[in-house]
Amino acid sequence: MKNPYRTQNIAFFFLFLATLLIVIPVGLIVVIIIKKGLPAINWQFLTDIPRQGMRAGGIFPAITGTMYLVTGAIIFALPIGLLAAIYLSEYSKDNLLTRIIKLAIVNLAGVPSVVYGLFGLALFVVFFKFGASILSGSLTLGIMILPVIITTSREALESVPYSFREVSLSLGASKWQTIRHIVLPSAIPGILTGTILGLGRAAGETAPILFTVAAFYLPRLPDSIFDQAMALPYHLYVISTQVPNVDEKIRYGTAFVLLTLVLFMNLVAIIIRYKFRKKKKW
Amino acid sequence: MCSMRKFKEFIIEKLILICGLASIFFVGLIFLFLLKEGLSVFKTVVPFKFILGKSWYPISEPAQFGILPLILGSLLVTLGAAIISIPIGVACAVYISEIAPLKIKEILKSGIELLAAIPSVVLGFIGMVTLVPWAKQLFHLPTGLTALSGSIMLAFMAMPTIVSIAEDALYSVPRNYKEGALALGATHWQTIYRVLLPAASSGILAAVMLGIGRVIGETMAVMMITGNAAVMPHSILQPVRTLTATIAAEMGEAVVGSEHYFALFAIGIVLFIISFAINVTADLFLHKKQ
Repeated sequence: MKNPYRTQNIAFFFLFLATLLIVIPVGLIVVIIIKKGLPAINWQFLTDIPRQGMRAGGIFPAITGTMYLVTGAIIFALPIGLLAAIYLSEYSKDNLLTRIIKLAIVNLAGVPSVVYGLFGLALFVVFFKFGASILSGSLTLGIMILPVIITTSREALESVPYSFREVSLSLGASKWQTIRHIVLPSAIPGILTGTILGLGRAAGETAPILFTVAAFYLPRLPDSIFDQAMALPYHLYVISTQVPNVDEKIRYGTAFVLLTLVLFMNLVAIIIRYKFRKKKKW
Repeated sequence: MCSMRKFKEFIIEKLILICGLASIFFVGLIFLFLLKEGLSVFKTVVPFKFILGKSWYPISEPAQFGILPLILGSLLVTLGAAIISIPIGVACAVYISEIAPLKIKEILKSGIELLAAIPSVVLGFIGMVTLVPWAKQLFHLPTGLTALSGSIMLAFMAMPTIVSIAEDALYSVPRNYKEGALALGATHWQTIYRVLLPAASSGILAAVMLGIGRVIGETMAVMMITGNAAVMPHSILQPVRTLTATIAAEMGEAVVGSEHYFALFAIGIVLFIISFAINVTADLFLHKKQ
């Protein structure tokens, strides 16, 4: 008869191996980009415009473009997402409508990013005639990150204990006063986490901005929200596949800046969540 | 004073309701605009020939819009990614939820989140400089831009989804199932294999489906690694082109309102329907569990 403990050891070894198969490549990806990208980073690279057909100079317009896009997306998505989360956590009843809303959120999160690009092109660029512009790109990205913001904010709101609401209501506060002064303040760290995760997602996406905003090569800063702009992820795509003979250093440097930006936001979100969990009073 | 406040609250509550409905509105809007632009292609191309046509020559004269090679390209890459990511992802979820000590568990979970956060264009770039030359050398191919390279890279994009949802499913199995099995003398592994995994099966199935959904919709990494040859795929060691990559690569050149433009939107409809079907089914599985 087989020894069940030996089987267990073998099984656990393979489970551990599978975990390593995920964790080691992730580590390697980050290490490769840091090792090869960090030497490319200097003040000029971060603050200069691209020169000689993107084979020299810096990536400043791409960094600025991404900042504009991310800011625009969050201005659009945060209010709608937060109010939607309030609806789901405080007002909705357990009925068919709520079920459909939740299903819609799941689907919104699952729509392929390139389909968002098509949608942004059809609605904002062509139908509303915003053209390929920061405005079109921001709105497209904003709709894309809506599910992230709704889901995380809702979790934050729902984790506020029910007794908090009962006390406030029993003291004569109205439902909205309770939400505004009791529930929301307690949920702010969670909402912040969701917002930052949404920012990180918007900063890294390429496909939704391909046809709605991204300029192949625009060695200046955009003038208004109706102007095209460069963006970091698209710039990385362009210099690694569309432009021949780009110095490897520039490619790795761009990848490094993009990865750092996105991972930094995620790190901040993780830290906020961690601290909040520790400090939680209930 | 009081009625003023009541009025203000009435407005705010209506606003909250409207925003609550926004998700439904946006999903509808996306589908509507895809249909509005995409259906026009069927004025000139029969739907049957669009789906099953074997040649995609959008700019030759006369243009041919058959997306079968693209569908097969997507399927091939997705199948490869699924074969790699499902066993590894589920195994990792079991390890994290059942075996890893608490400290290591937190670190591993952060690592998985990290992987999920890496932008696809960065993964595509890394694939180009590592996987592609490696595949070329290993199999003595004229190019390393193949379906296989794409599958491996995509497997990494599916894993965070699979791991985190499968881990949730395992975690939510009632504790007394596990305690019961252990009390009957089963080893920890027997408990996992015979009790926890079957109990969490519908959640794990949902995890797998959502992971696959992520792979089918993935665009940038695929476009950078799979070589973009819109031909009928014969082997996993050849360049292929997926549905998503076709849209991303060609929309920039398509003239707004041209047949090519409409055809790319029609591909968008196909992608939207696939992702919708996957998400709704996965959601059903997740709810069955509760």
